[in-house]
Amino acid sequence: MAILVHGETKVICQGMTGAQATFHCEQAIAYGTKLVAGVTPGKGGGKHLYLPVFDDVAAAVAATGAEVSLVFVPPRAAADAIVEAIDAGVPLIVCVTERVPVLDMVRVKRRLEDSTSRLIGPNSPGVITPEACKIGVMPGHIHFPGRIGIASRSASLAYEAVAQTTANRLGQSTCVGIGGDPVHGMGFADCLELFLDDPETEGVLLIGEIGGAAEEEAAAFLSARKAAGAPTKPVVAYIAGEDAPTGRRMGHAGTVNVFGKGGADDKIAALRAAGAVIAESAAEIGATMRRALR
Amino acid sequence: MYVHEFQAKQLLSGYGVPAPRGAVARTPEAARDAAREIGGDAWAVKAQILAGGRGKAGGVKIAESLDAVATKSRELLGSTLVTEQTGAAGRKVASVYIEERVAAARELYLAILVDRASGRVAFLTSAEGGEDIEAAVARDPARIDKLVIDPGVGPPGGPPGDPDDAGLRAAAADLGLDGAAAQAAVALMRGLYQAFLELDASLIEINPLALTETGELRAVDVKLNLDDNALFRHPELEALRDPDDLDPTEMEAARYEINYVKLDGDIGCMVNGAGLALATLDAIGRAGGAAADFMDVRPVATREQIATGFRLVLTNPKVKAILVNVFGGGILRCDTIAEGIAAAVRAHGLQVPLILRLAGTNMEIAKKTLIGQSVPVTFADDMAQAAELVVRAAKAGTARSGAA
Repeated sequence: MAILVHGETKVICQGMTGAQATFHCEQAIAYGTKLVAGVTPGKGGGKHLYLPVFDDVAAAVAATGAEVSLVFVPPRAAADAIVEAIDAGVPLIVCVTERVPVLDMVRVKRRLEDSTSRLIGPNSPGVITPEACKIGVMPGHIHFPGRIGIASRSASLAYEAVAQTTANRLGQSTCVGIGGDPVHGMGFADCLELFLDDPETEGVLLIGEIGGAAEEEAAAFLSARKAAGAPTKPVVAYIAGEDAPTGRRMGHAGTVNVFGKGGADDKIAALRAAGAVIAESAAEIGATMRRALR
Repeated sequence: MYVHEFQAKQLLSGYGVPAPRGAVARTPEAARDAAREIGGDAWAVKAQILAGGRGKAGGVKIAESLDAVATKSRELLGSTLVTEQTGAAGRKVASVYIEERVAAARELYLAILVDRASGRVAFLTSAEGGEDIEAAVARDPARIDKLVIDPGVGPPGGPPGDPDDAGLRAAAADLGLDGAAAQAAVALMRGLYQAFLELDASLIEINPLALTETGELRAVDVKLNLDDNALFRHPELEALRDPDDLDPTEMEAARYEINYVKLDGDIGCMVNGAGLALATLDAIGRAGGAAADFMDVRPVATREQIATGFRLVLTNPKVKAILVNVFGGGILRCDTIAEGIAAAVRAHGLQVPLILRLAGTNMEIAKKTLIGQSVPVTFADDMAQAAELVVRAAKAGTARSGAA
């Protein structure tokens, strides 16, 4: 089954007529994704990539029955676009936009709490179930259908984890880029829950980094699940940023951390205590997973 | 984006945040004049740098005469402060902030930030603030209390007795305040919340928040961090950016939308993706080396941006060897990286060993490009091997220059 997206998932793209969105939508269609429509205000009634374009999400969903919206709009319009998709009742929203103002995301997050929608991102490479459905900007050709569920804050490390699980002949059930922003949609714990309940997923890879508390939350979730006697699977985690200096912003990672929280050591200790296996370096992610599955 | 203390205090005074009287000065004479204008018999002379840990590094001095204000200002102006957050190079002090000295009966801590755990804005409070608070909280996390604000219910701006007010009053009690001081703290927090939203801040920290002998609150030190991603909404705040404070290399990198942070080691790094760049620093550390920089060329980088990034690494005199670690993705392909590197090498030459680890989209084309253009490069198969090779090369380079 994989999680979240599969071969029959119908997808629309908000902002599809933009140059970058066009490129990635073409790639998604070539990969086999069932992209069914685009949404661009003011361009409703037209066609783009041989697909119908609608003025708003509600109209696109009504006409196509789409279950996922890929949000590919500029930062200043991203929050409103996500809220529009929430209001239209879209079950899964994937936002790849980088550099969305954080207070806009506070507003979006509050709206999500009162809805049935899930959000992946922003600043996410997207979500992919290999050879079935690719939604986002990741390179499709490195993925291979298989047994490992991957959730990653960083896009580049997600690709690293994908390539290594492919090279180790494990493959991926689904790979979710949860995004590197401080306030975002699905977290590690959400992904972990879905992967642990997915019969096709045999092991879960969490690719974290310094800053925030998403890794600690995943550890707490895993511990609670074990305490409740629910079945679990091998979980391998890698945390980037052990050697990063404190108090400096490193791209999206390691942003303002008050009181020294969010360091790699704390995250690794929490995950270990919850029974996860730690990959000692980014080069050993795949090999560590293979050993953990034995 | 951090702004200077004096800028933060000016911005926040419009929201009712009570700072001591003060003025900024760029010369000792101006500092003396400022102190005379402020009045009183004791002043704080505070170095204006955009990094924390200033107090412990000697960047804040107390002067008890106008002459002392000038003397202490002369000591600070033009000096370089090295704090726990500046790196070894430190930050040059271009201006000082002269402020009336506040006699604090107690020092409190008050901050407002985006709380990642809840995805909401939250206040942090502690009845015991001051510059040792980090260590104290590390020992005893219970010293900090958190009040999370529900954005759906709106800011705590309602009339007294409103349900939201209860949270703020509880936070004031967490600060150890009662009576008129507690009311002042509630008003202060309302102002901070409004400022936080209107300025698109990501952190406002008041430490210490002084409770004076007469029961008044004074924001003695203020740190304000603005959300870089929201600056498009605030052109007036963009103008507060201090061009003197940024490292010139970091400035140039920013112009080309490259995430760049200068570090203290001797291995130059260029990586695509912040996560992979962090992992690369870790791999270098694990192999016994130290990186000279953190560089994340974003996935939408062009050949020109890559060439600029590589030039910044090439022209750093501290660099003894270079590691490029790239996972070609859906947008940034390895061949773009190779063309950018080749262009920079043509223009500036290559005096140090270059180790490349390429994976993903168009990796083979990239290798051919570099070999075809005679760029002297060693290819590594994976990150761990790349890190070992570059650390060995840097150490050999050090030995060579030591012998010469």
